Amino acid sequence: MKIVGLSGSQIGSKTRVAVTATLKAISEKYPDVETTLIDLADYKMEFSDGRNYLDYEGDTGFVTKTIMEADAIVIGTPIFQASIPAALKNIFDLLPVNAFRDKVVSMLVTAGSAKHYMVADTQLKPILAYMKAQMVQTFVFILEEDFYQKEIINHDVIFRLERLAEDTVVLTETFTKIREEKEAAYDF
Amino acid sequence: MEKYRINPDNGMEFGIYTLGDHLPNPATGERIPVQERIHDIINYAVLAEQAGVDFFSVGESHQEYFATQAHAVVLSAIAQATSKIKIASSSTIISTSDPVRVYENFATLDLISNGRAEIVAGRASRVGLFDLLGYDLHNYEDLFEEKFDLLRMINENEIVNWSGEFRKPLRDAQVLPRPVDGSLPIWRAVGGTPASAMKAGYAGVPMFMAHLGGAASQFKRTVDSYREAARAGGHDPAQLPIATAGFFYAAENSQQALKELYPHINEGMKKTNGGGFPKQLFAQGVDPHNIMNIGSPQQIIEKILYQHEVFNHQRYVAQIDFGGMPMDNIKKNLELIGTEILPAIKKYTAKK
Repeated sequence: MKIVGLSGSQIGSKTRVAVTATLKAISEKYPDVETTLIDLADYKMEFSDGRNYLDYEGDTGFVTKTIMEADAIVIGTPIFQASIPAALKNIFDLLPVNAFRDKVVSMLVTAGSAKHYMVADTQLKPILAYMKAQMVQTFVFILEEDFYQKEIINHDVIFRLERLAEDTVVLTETFTKIREEKEAAYDF
Repeated sequence: MEKYRINPDNGMEFGIYTLGDHLPNPATGERIPVQERIHDIINYAVLAEQAGVDFFSVGESHQEYFATQAHAVVLSAIAQATSKIKIASSSTIISTSDPVRVYENFATLDLISNGRAEIVAGRASRVGLFDLLGYDLHNYEDLFEEKFDLLRMINENEIVNWSGEFRKPLRDAQVLPRPVDGSLPIWRAVGGTPASAMKAGYAGVPMFMAHLGGAASQFKRTVDSYREAARAGGHDPAQLPIATAGFFYAAENSQQALKELYPHINEGMKKTNGGGFPKQLFAQGVDPHNIMNIGSPQQIIEKILYQHEVFNHQRYVAQIDFGGMPMDNIKKNLELIGTEILPAIKKYTAKK
């Protein structure tokens, strides 16, 4: 099983810290799972121009292909201007419409204000649903005060991220099994 | 229709197209040498002609896993090896070629084949060829529209006066040689959406509509939009042929057909498009109302006749060889086409 942790911003550290913690929780509990961190701050991404994702080169090609090869994706997003960052939306725009078919996607949100709690439900989930993701419905919402010097200091958040890690793997295993059984039943 | 060398009284035409893909056979993981693939394609056209197929076309794709980048050259070999079957591109990417050169090639092809050549012009679904051939992808749409217009102008006029954005003007330019009847049938490749079909309709250009899968009734909207746009553009839709093109596979029964075809489509699409074909959607392909022509010969006859009833189109074009399909399976399909499917389709669609 391949899981990609996608830190969806070009700036800041909190989202990266939370995604890294989730991937670490996955690796510790499920050593067979291959995890990869993609922090958009590390890559020079082009804006989508509508071409097939295979036709992008350089960092853009690497990031899109890595995401397309994953079985599950943990998306971490900060909240900018009451929405997801443009950098993250660009990732969705770069991918095909059915990019998340047969993939599980789970979410964590880092925000400066609890007033942004609904952003994932109202803005991120509709995109993922359109792109045919199987979602881990419960996302982890993390506030600024939960971090100190690039570490998560709120134990409740750590517990929630551990549950997110577990739910991501369990749901991926479950859907893979269901799909394999269903595909075998077609007998072609 | 005469202008496009089509006589509806003879019934709907049955054609075959290949993208010219060069993919491994998923059963073995092996790819035949490219030289063998090209010879197979030429032989495929010869065998199609022997089976009574009306039309054979070869695609142009400039990327990994394709072999017929120089599709006009391959078509030229086919022209020489055959005598009756119509031959065309599917598609020529006009956006990244000089229309003068394309016309010279296909007019020559028409002379070699004694009046059997046609051009289907498209925009490319993968875009690596823009870099390869020295064009800017940002001009994707404008390049196609301008060059397609010029191609059609050359077809209608032996002496051309033209100016545009992407090449130097033509002043009293004579484009030679001229094809057998003075002009070639030129089609616009359409991806299946009404918006794309309407562009062909407004310009009064025959439509070559490619489709993957889905309900035939869904594509009826595209066909209707095309004809409406043609009327709005001052053209008579009754004079404009429509071709549909998509997956085809015949076997003893539908389950066997699915079994033999699916791995080729799924694995081939993963390599060429970056995503496979879901089994759930593919299984629906055998439904009588699905536009994919997969099943027993009798099921396919019923599907094609149903599609003809829905679209009233003039030509159906089958894709059989995608994804490293072995020649033996192709031959078996051609036999079923020649002995069972084609005669039935002609019988039920011919007007005389």
